[in-house]
Amino acid sequence: MQGVASMRVAVAMSGGVDSSVAAALLKGAGHEVIGITMEIWPPGRENGGCCGLAAVQDARRVAFRLGIPHYVVNLREVFARQVIDNFCAEYARGRTPNPCIRCNRYVKFDALLERARALEAAFLATGHYARIARDRATGRFLLKKGVDQGKDQSYFLYSLTQAQLSRILFPLGELTKERVRAVARDLGLPVAEKAESQEVCFIPDNDYHRFLRRHCPGDFREGPILDERGRVLGRHRGLAFYTVGQRRGLGIAAGEPLYVVALDPVRNAVVVGPERALYREALVAGELNWIAFDALQAPLQVQARIRYRHREAPATVAPRDEGRVLVRFFTPQRAITPGQAAVFYDGDLVVGGGTILFALDGSGEKESISTGAN
Amino acid sequence: MQRIYLDHAATTPTHPEVARAMLPYLSAEAFGNPSTAYAFGQEAKKALEKAREQVAALIGAAPDEIFFTSGGTESDNWALRGAACARARDGKHIITSSIEHHAVLDVCRLLEQDGFRVTYLPVDPSGLVDPEAVRAAITPETVLISVMHANNEVGTVEPIAEIAAVAREAGICFHTDAVQTVGHIPVNVDELGVDLLSIAAHKLYGPKGVGALYIRKGTQMAPLIVGGAQERGLRAGTENVPGIVGFGKAAEIARRELPQVIPRVRELRDMLRTGLQERVPGLRLNGHPERRLPQNVSVTVPGVEGEALVMALDQEGIAVSTGSACSTGATDPSHVILALGVPPELARGAVRMTLGRGTTKEDIERVLEVFPRVVHRLRAITGWRPETSCAGCG
Repeated sequence: MQGVASMRVAVAMSGGVDSSVAAALLKGAGHEVIGITMEIWPPGRENGGCCGLAAVQDARRVAFRLGIPHYVVNLREVFARQVIDNFCAEYARGRTPNPCIRCNRYVKFDALLERARALEAAFLATGHYARIARDRATGRFLLKKGVDQGKDQSYFLYSLTQAQLSRILFPLGELTKERVRAVARDLGLPVAEKAESQEVCFIPDNDYHRFLRRHCPGDFREGPILDERGRVLGRHRGLAFYTVGQRRGLGIAAGEPLYVVALDPVRNAVVVGPERALYREALVAGELNWIAFDALQAPLQVQARIRYRHREAPATVAPRDEGRVLVRFFTPQRAITPGQAAVFYDGDLVVGGGTILFALDGSGEKESISTGAN
Repeated sequence: MQRIYLDHAATTPTHPEVARAMLPYLSAEAFGNPSTAYAFGQEAKKALEKAREQVAALIGAAPDEIFFTSGGTESDNWALRGAACARARDGKHIITSSIEHHAVLDVCRLLEQDGFRVTYLPVDPSGLVDPEAVRAAITPETVLISVMHANNEVGTVEPIAEIAAVAREAGICFHTDAVQTVGHIPVNVDELGVDLLSIAAHKLYGPKGVGALYIRKGTQMAPLIVGGAQERGLRAGTENVPGIVGFGKAAEIARRELPQVIPRVRELRDMLRTGLQERVPGLRLNGHPERRLPQNVSVTVPGVEGEALVMALDQEGIAVSTGSACSTGATDPSHVILALGVPPELARGAVRMTLGRGTTKEDIERVLEVFPRVVHRLRAITGWRPETSCAGCG
C-alpha cells in the first residue's frame, strides 16, 4: 500500500469498524477507493448481524463520510448455494462447519472479487487482520498472521489461492485493533464504537438450533445416544443439534460428566464419553489448500490450529492418498471436530490447511466410534 | 465528467417551473392549512383546488374525481384495498397480472391473507396481457381487476381499453396503475374506460411524496387512511400543499409539452435501441417492439450481470438501472423479466434505460460509445463467448 502509485481499489465494506478503517486508510494513502457491500441474506429476515440491512446502511454512511462511491451487490444466490446449503448439509451429516471460511472462498474472494474487477479495481481490500507478502525468490504470494495476535484472522483465509491472493489487500494486517479503533475515532467515523461481531453473521442471535430448524429443510432424525462401548444411554434430537466437546443438553444423568465425543451419521448416533475421551492425537484432513507451496511432498513440522480460538499445537503433517493429510500432534488435542478447518502455520506464515474429516487415536488407526464420520 | 441520466422511469428531475410554483407554499408566504376557515386557509385551499383541476385536465377527468395521496404506492395500495374492501360482501376474487409493480402485488398478497383469492395472469413474451384471458378468469366472485397501463421495467403498454371493456361488460371495478404513463403518453380516463387510476407526481417532473388516485364518479371506495375529513372524507391528513401545487404545475406543463416531447424522445430512443443492437453482440430487447413507452429501452445482455453493468456505467457517469431496485440498490432477477419467459441466468443481465425531456442526441451518442465497451470488458471477466448458432445441431 505504501509507496505504491495511486490505483483503484474496491473495499468490501461490512459496516463495521475494521472495513471502514481499511477504506479510510486506502483513501488516505491517495488511492481511488470504491466501497462495495455484499447483500447476502434476505433483508428483513434478520436485521442484525453483518449481512443485514442495518449493516448496509452503516457502510453507506461511512462511505458518504469518506466521500467515496458505494455500491451494494446482491450475492444472495451464491451465498445461499455455497454457504447456507453447505452449512445445513454439513450439520445434517454430523459435522460442524465453518461458514466464514466458505464465504471467504466462494463469495467474498470469488463473486465479490469479480465485481471489483468489473469496476476495474486493481485490488479488493477487506478489513481482515492478516498480511499478504510476496516471496521474492519464488514469486509466490504468502499469507501471514495479522500483527495483532489477538485479532489474527488468517485461520479463515487459508483456502485462498494464488490467483485470489494476488488481487487482495489487507490494510489492517500491520495494525492492532486498538489502533484501528483510534483511527476510526480520529476520523470521526460513525461506527467507531460499534461492538465487535462474534457470531456467524446470518445467525445474529447465535441460536443455531432455531436457525437449523427454520432454514435447513433436511429432516433431523432422532436417534440413540451411545457410550463408547455402544450402550444406549438416551435419545438425541438429530445430529445437527450436537457438536463434539458439548456437555450440556444431553439429558443424561451419569456418575461422571459426559461429553459428545463423536457424531456417527452411519448409525445416526451421538457418542458420549468422559472428558479424557475428547483428547486425540491425530486427525485426517481433506479439501486441502497450500499457500507456501503447490503440494505437500514430505512430512512437515508445523503448528496446527483445529479451530479459530484454538491455541496452535506442534504437529507433523504427512501426505496421504486421495488428497488427504495425516496430522499427528505431539500431545493429544481436545475435541478435534470434523467439519472445522485444520490450519498449519510456520511461525507467522500460513502454510496451508484443510477440512477435518475425522480424528484418530494414537496408533494412527481410525477409532471404531469415529469411523462413521467419513 | 459529463453525467448522463437515463433512469427517468425511477424518477425525473423536478421542472424549474414546478419548483418555483411550490416555493410560496414552502415559506411563510402561504403556509395555511386548507381545512381552516380564515384567509390563510382559504388561500391554500384555492391552490389545492387549482392543482386538482390541472391534474384532472391532464387525464380527462373531472376535478372532483382526483384524490391526492402521498404518491403512486399509496394510490395503488388504496385502489386495491379500498375497492376490494368496499366489495367484500359481493365476492372475494381479484384478477391482476404477474408483471405488476410490487405496490400492487404486495397488496394482493396481503389481501390473500384476508381471505381474497387472487388470479395472477401470465403475459406473452412481449409482456402483453391478453384481454380474453382476463375474460376467462372472471368468476361470479370477481370484484376487482387491476392491470397496469405500462410496465415500469420493460415498457410494454397494455391494451387497457380492451381489458377495461371486458371488466365493464361484467360489471367489475377496474383499476390501472398509470404511474409510468401519465405525463409520458396521452392518458384519458374515458377513452381507457377505467374506474380507478394511480399517478405519481415525481415521474412527470413533479415533486416526490405526492400523487393521486383517480376515482370515477359513483365508484364505491373505502378509505385507506382515516382520521380527518380531507379529500371529501376519503383520504385523511392535512394536505401536502406545496407538493400538490407542484404536482398541478407539472401536470399543466406535461399537457402543454407532450405533443412535442413524445416524437423527440421516441426518435432518440430508437437511435439508442438500434445502436445497441448493432454494437453489442447477443443483446436482446425486452418488451413489445411497438406497443411500448416512447422513452423506454429494456435489454438483456448475456454474459453480464445487470448489477455489474449498472455499477460500471456509473463509473463512466451514466445512470441506468436493472429494473426494480430495492432500497439498497441491490437487485434480484426481476419478476417481470422472468414472467416474459427469459431464463433466470439471462434475466440477471437485464438493464433498463429510460430517456427524458432533457436527453440529448449527444447523450445517446456517448452511451453508444461507452455501453458496448463496458460490456466487452465485463464479458472478458466472465469469459462469455457468443453462442454459435445451434440451428440444425443434432
